Amino acid sequence: MAVYWGAACGGCCVSVLDVHEKLFDVVANADLVFWPIALDIKYADVEAMEDKFIDITLFNGAVRNSENEHMAKVLRQKSKLLVAYGSCAHMGGIPGLANFSTKEEILKQVYLKNITTENEDATLPNVSYEVEEGTLTLPKFYNDVRTLDQTVVVDYYMPGCPPQTERLLEVFMAIVSGNELPPKGSVIGAYDKGQCDECTRKKTDNKHIKEFKRPFEIEDDGETCFLEQGVICLGPATRGGCGHRCIEGNAPCRGCYGPPPDVSDPGAKMMSAVATMIDANEPEEIERITNQIVDPAGTFYRFSLPGSILRRKVKESLQ
Amino acid sequence: MDFEPTIVSFLCNWCSYTGADLAGTSRMKYAHNIRIIRVMCSGRIDPIFVLESFKDGADGVLICGCHPGDCHYHEGNYKCLRRYHLLKKYIAQMGIDPGRLHLEWISASEGKQFAELADSFTETVRGLGPCHVKEIIENFA
Repeated sequence: MAVYWGAACGGCCVSVLDVHEKLFDVVANADLVFWPIALDIKYADVEAMEDKFIDITLFNGAVRNSENEHMAKVLRQKSKLLVAYGSCAHMGGIPGLANFSTKEEILKQVYLKNITTENEDATLPNVSYEVEEGTLTLPKFYNDVRTLDQTVVVDYYMPGCPPQTERLLEVFMAIVSGNELPPKGSVIGAYDKGQCDECTRKKTDNKHIKEFKRPFEIEDDGETCFLEQGVICLGPATRGGCGHRCIEGNAPCRGCYGPPPDVSDPGAKMMSAVATMIDANEPEEIERITNQIVDPAGTFYRFSLPGSILRRKVKESLQ
Repeated sequence: MDFEPTIVSFLCNWCSYTGADLAGTSRMKYAHNIRIIRVMCSGRIDPIFVLESFKDGADGVLICGCHPGDCHYHEGNYKCLRRYHLLKKYIAQMGIDPGRLHLEWISASEGKQFAELADSFTETVRGLGPCHVKEIIENFA
């Protein structure tokens, strides 16, 4: 088994560590041959492996630069099963929000304009740089953040930010037990039903929203459906399987588990659902209420911008 | 060569499609840029339909439904109207001119209004120029 991170925060690797003492069950069934967060194994060692040498690779993180892309391709070649592990590999995740900007804008902001940056020579990262000792190299920073399956063929998807450790163990045990696996391309480690199905809050048909509110603006009773209180909760357009832990913690669902089966664009489905709850029929009133959703793209595509239909913001410089 | 916009248009079965049909049977001329897709109700128009249209190369999307109060299913057109306002806000954030998405109510007897709308919306989109969503997705890397 191998675990690798692309453009990720490291949380997915920690979710694998969170199996705690069950790690012994894992290593009893599989050797960990590559895992940068925990083992000192070099890229060259992976490149030297025979094709299909690794049984399962859990690839977390989006594809942001040439290093991520190279390793995605190498691991595809070396693995029998490649699993897009976590929201970033699945749909682009939080790093995918960079698709609201271009490469130039990001480099300019970070290296030149940032108020805490001192860069008098206006140095920007280069892919190669000559020094006395030889050539130094850096991975190439791409314009767009891509999902794993926009880069290589993916066998399974395990959603979540990060995926629930319990689901990972179930999936791992299912693979090592030799049972028949779901068809390739399936989402595993999550339910087919939506988040609302397992949510324990009280739900009625009374979803008429006159005012959209931020979570701090309501006096939450801890029981009533968030949407009925005017707070945007992405439960209706999100898969169950996470154990609705955010909602248990009195925070609305933000959609990290991705869309239910047969939904190509989770944000569009959620916009469709939320809009119909607006309690107004006059255009001016609808517009007034809609304007209370300050950032629809960021709210409805928090974890899924690169994997959505439009993938990125249209910029004049890209035309 | 002049830019000829591609416009995808979703018309509800009961009012707007019949209105467009009336424009046709009355032999009215209107812009050929409009590609009509009939749906049972404007409330059936999923935001995904609109986004897919832009992705596949539409320069504009026109949505038509029954006048308020006239919906065959009572309130489908209101749901469409609410989605339309939110969707417009979203596409603006994604760098697509919100003018490329337009909603208008067309009744079954308004063939003339449909023909005029087709012409005027085509001119609006022509003025906005080509929509680059398809090209940007093709060059996504």
